[in-house]
Amino acid sequence: MSPNKQGTHLRVWDLTKTFGSKTVLRSMNLEAAPGEFIAIVGRSGCGKSTLLRLVAGLETPTEGGVLLNFEPLHRLNNFVKVMFQDSRLLEWKRVLENVGLGLKGDWRSKATWALEQVGLQERASEWPGILSGGQRQRVALARALVSEPSLLLLDEPLGALDALTRIEMHRLIETLWQEQGFTALLVTHDVEEAVVLADRVVLIEAGQIVLDEPVNLPRPRDRANPQFVEIKERVINRVLRRPDHQDSSRVANLKR
Amino acid sequence: MSNKLLKNQLVKQALPWSVPVAILVIWELLSLTGIISTRILPAPSSVIATAIKLTLSGELLRHIAISSGRAITGFIIGGSIGLIFGFLNGIYPLAETLFDTSIQMIRNIPHLALIPLVILWFGIGDEARLFLVSLGVFFPIYVNTFYGIRNIDRGLIEMGQVYGLSSRELLLEIIIPGALASILIGVRYALGIMWVTLIVAETIAADSGIGYMAMNAREFIQTDIIVLAIILYALLGKLADIFTRALEGRWMAWNPNYRGV
Repeated sequence: MSPNKQGTHLRVWDLTKTFGSKTVLRSMNLEAAPGEFIAIVGRSGCGKSTLLRLVAGLETPTEGGVLLNFEPLHRLNNFVKVMFQDSRLLEWKRVLENVGLGLKGDWRSKATWALEQVGLQERASEWPGILSGGQRQRVALARALVSEPSLLLLDEPLGALDALTRIEMHRLIETLWQEQGFTALLVTHDVEEAVVLADRVVLIEAGQIVLDEPVNLPRPRDRANPQFVEIKERVINRVLRRPDHQDSSRVANLKR
Repeated sequence: MSNKLLKNQLVKQALPWSVPVAILVIWELLSLTGIISTRILPAPSSVIATAIKLTLSGELLRHIAISSGRAITGFIIGGSIGLIFGFLNGIYPLAETLFDTSIQMIRNIPHLALIPLVILWFGIGDEARLFLVSLGVFFPIYVNTFYGIRNIDRGLIEMGQVYGLSSRELLLEIIIPGALASILIGVRYALGIMWVTLIVAETIAADSGIGYMAMNAREFIQTDIIVLAIILYALLGKLADIFTRALEGRWMAWNPNYRGV
């Protein structure tokens, strides 16, 4: 397999998405260098998942667009893969067949290789139904990586896992990302996860980017490192800060 | 110790059969002593004797073969049409808008209510029975296929698209396997309806088959043949059930709900 493969250059320009009368994203601009790991955080409903679906080609922009390697994106691409929050495994296929889904030719050896990457080669012939939540997400990760995508989109992939499994998954994702060099876009509501994994943490609020925080810390990152904690606190405080007019009106109400 | 365990196992296996066996013994005794008239109910022993006699003459097998042939043909015709419309309407919203209302309206007519009309159309030939069986089988297969497809997680189809599956692969790898559990439930219902419809159709108008055999025996008050016919339907129904269970065991092995069935 080719670990030196280049990641995709991603550019989102003036991207606007409306559903009916509701504007989910407002002229958003974002750029990711090849091989860069970007985490997108924000409260639920801020539009972060919609951004990811637009980059995946699962939704079409209302205005603006997405460029992958400077080419406009029109629909699904075979070098872009998505890992979803729910593993979306096919229960009626064995683990290995799930990993090899959509592959042509010698899929078996590729799928075995991908399963080895996530440490589940011995479960290849099992039904997905008997795996734990963490194992299912590892299978989903193997399925996403088997075709060696140059852009991996992660839509809250660890949201349903317990804290210890999440830490394991963080290490696994980081290792595979370093080995394979794809560009990664991670949508998460967990700020710590974002700071652990990403080169840049982008905060979206009401369909707009309000913070773009670089994380220049050595990997693997130490969660107890004061700098780590400082960045994490800064992002969390920004997430929790409410628009000023709301605060003042609340104060006004209290005074009355 | 192991001897006792073995004994327990045997008792456990035999226990469900003790009630039917007891009933048979009591029934046989009541018939022998003349408390139950053979004109009302024949003794189990005479039913067995009749079964052996008719088997040896070849008459019984002929009727069974004819009835089973009708049942299977009707099932295949009605089931295929149900499957086709189920897939069509489940996948294409336009087809659903076009056909579903009509199908649901016809579904509410008990298909056996059509018997007088069907006899007028087809006479008492095989066409009439095949028509009724097909019609009866169509609805459970259609409804369960349709809802089986509708209930497939949209996320799985979206995933299939992201992972580069063609429409044909989506159908073969996601839609059909995803709907299969529901389709098999439809098959199970349909097999029940298949026998009921055939029994009624053969009893009302036929010149061969198990139902005909029973109606013919009524004319001569041969209660042993009538009871034999009823038992045959029970056995054939059980056979159909074993068949669906085998299909489930094969196709649903991935589903923990079906494991050990």
